[in-house]
Amino acid sequence: MTTELHGIVAPERGQPFLLLQNLVKNFDGVRAVDDVSVSINKGEIFALLGSSGCGKSTLLRMLAGFETPTSGDIVLGGASLVGTPAYRRPINMMFQSYALFPHLSVWDNIAFGLRRDGLPRAEVAERVERMLGLVQMQPFARRKPHQLSGGQQQRVALARSLAKRPQLLLLDEPLGALDKKLREQTQSELVNIIEQVGVTCVMVTHDQDEAMSMASRVAVMSEGRIRQVGSPGEVYETPSCVFVADFIGNINLFPGQVEVDEPDHVVVACAEGPLYVPHGISGTPGMPVQVGVRPEKMALQAAPPGRHERASDAEHGHNCVEGTITAISYFGDQTHYAVQLAGGLAVRVSRTNAARFDAAGLARGQQVFVWWDGRDAVVLTN
Amino acid sequence: MNFLRRLHAAAASGRRTVIGIPYLWLLLTFLLPFLIVARISVSDSEGEDPLGSIVSYADGLLSLKIRLANYLFIFNDELYLYTYASSIKYALITTVLCLLAGYPFAYFIARARTAARPALLMLVMLPFWTSFLLRIYAWKGILDNQGIVNHLLLRLGWIDAPLPLMHTEFSLLIGMVYAYLPFMILPLYANLAKQDLRLIEAATDLGATPWQAFWRVTVPLSRSGIIAGAMLVFIPAIGEYVIPELLGGPRTLMIGHVLWDEFFTNNDWPMASAVTVVVVLLILVPMTMFNQYQAAQAQRSKA
Repeated sequence: MTTELHGIVAPERGQPFLLLQNLVKNFDGVRAVDDVSVSINKGEIFALLGSSGCGKSTLLRMLAGFETPTSGDIVLGGASLVGTPAYRRPINMMFQSYALFPHLSVWDNIAFGLRRDGLPRAEVAERVERMLGLVQMQPFARRKPHQLSGGQQQRVALARSLAKRPQLLLLDEPLGALDKKLREQTQSELVNIIEQVGVTCVMVTHDQDEAMSMASRVAVMSEGRIRQVGSPGEVYETPSCVFVADFIGNINLFPGQVEVDEPDHVVVACAEGPLYVPHGISGTPGMPVQVGVRPEKMALQAAPPGRHERASDAEHGHNCVEGTITAISYFGDQTHYAVQLAGGLAVRVSRTNAARFDAAGLARGQQVFVWWDGRDAVVLTN
Repeated sequence: MNFLRRLHAAAASGRRTVIGIPYLWLLLTFLLPFLIVARISVSDSEGEDPLGSIVSYADGLLSLKIRLANYLFIFNDELYLYTYASSIKYALITTVLCLLAGYPFAYFIARARTAARPALLMLVMLPFWTSFLLRIYAWKGILDNQGIVNHLLLRLGWIDAPLPLMHTEFSLLIGMVYAYLPFMILPLYANLAKQDLRLIEAATDLGATPWQAFWRVTVPLSRSGIIAGAMLVFIPAIGEYVIPELLGGPRTLMIGHVLWDEFFTNNDWPMASAVTVVVVLLILVPMTMFNQYQAAQAQRSKA
């Protein structure tokens, strides 16, 4: 079933390498991380995604060794890390806004960790040069951090965190300090370098685009807990709960109750009439649920959709609602329509502007039909 | 447009005034008196008007009279050279001891809970609430032969005769470090408190032990605080008069004492002025060199 959905076929990379087991962290009685268990595979880029205060940074700091878990265990490559001080962990971190040493040159920043390991001079030099090459910063080796642009500082920070060949690389808001244009370019560069090195990577971000485009798997967090773990496609197309569906991207939610609960389909009664979903759920008739449909999966037209346009006969009469366009936002590549439905709900529909001229010619105030294929809807519980 | 230009001109002249007033103040209270002292230092003590013009014109002869006898005397008399050297020595030792004692102090205040810091800083500044003279005098009561320390050691039976603590290098340095410690702690604290703690985390993350992180990151980054504190201690310590007078002994001669003697015992103002000028040069020359070095550094890192 999942293989039908695009983007979901995640590459299975290696064996579980990093295990978080029932991790809890309390700060003065406030629970910042609440019973988190997750297993991360060797070589994957794993993103912790959530808004500020959701516990993602505390989780990262526990991995780095800056915070001690209240309870639970962190196991890396079979050995527990709890009790190992930060300076003995085979883990390096790229800090938010980089934390480069201002009194040291680019070269000395990258060499800092290698020198702490007591590597011979020649090897330090060789590895620093290789790192400089990897991030293409050789011409700037003698510069001090404040003489570099934001993008250059980011590369130095990456080189510094990779120089010791860590078993695990931590990225704290890796692109947060860069402006938008630079961010897109740096994003793919960063992924390329990480994959080239082959290091397992855990990143923390509040930016869903960053998490979705960089990570092989994403953990959505809120209030100290992981709400869902999955590939970017999974968390977008099959969110596990209303929170995840709402947090990642936009979604239209139809609250209602289960009316018909069959193994191969359910019908949910809501203010806009019965909605048909062609797959079973684990629930009982009368249970309160929400049917979610992404704006880009909805169709919008002035005339009612004909029978031949519908996915199946069973859906006929369902999954089509009437309303009035209240606002149109044009973004160039796509247009968003806000539609006030007859039953009182408002939905958002987005349409890709595939052609230069829009034949549909929809205008504000126009009566329209909004409809969707039942397979594109998800049934969510709170 | 015209109005804007006038506004701009007014702002520029306002800026000049704001910068100009303190400069004028320094000119009147520092440069002018120093020039007067310098003038007196090249006069003789017999009869000549010490503030008269050094340039004179008579019978078609323009003459510039600069009497260097006092300076020659200073540089030929071992006592003066010895006193300068010992002043610098004690000021240096005081600075080093203040740094050694003050750095941990400043460090722990800067790393204390934010709420506790004002109270801790208050404790550093608390001694200023009592008269300086009184505080130095109090050390006499502690270190004297009949003082608290000797009294206690005798009572405990650890010593048979009072230890000669007063009027030694030891008592002098205790007094100096005690008096100047806050001047070291405050600039160091200001520097350490604004240091970015994530840099310590970054160092730890890269494998530095807490001790290594301290020496490789905290200390180098506090360099400007160390320099400021050292200047604030070293410069006044060179000319210190009261502490060596009260706590020092015959073997701890400092230039302040010589100055006092020349001014008030010998009443030889030109000689005293010459001694003063040399002290000022002694402090100014290394300071200027240091400033130049810093400016050059700043220039280099900008380029």
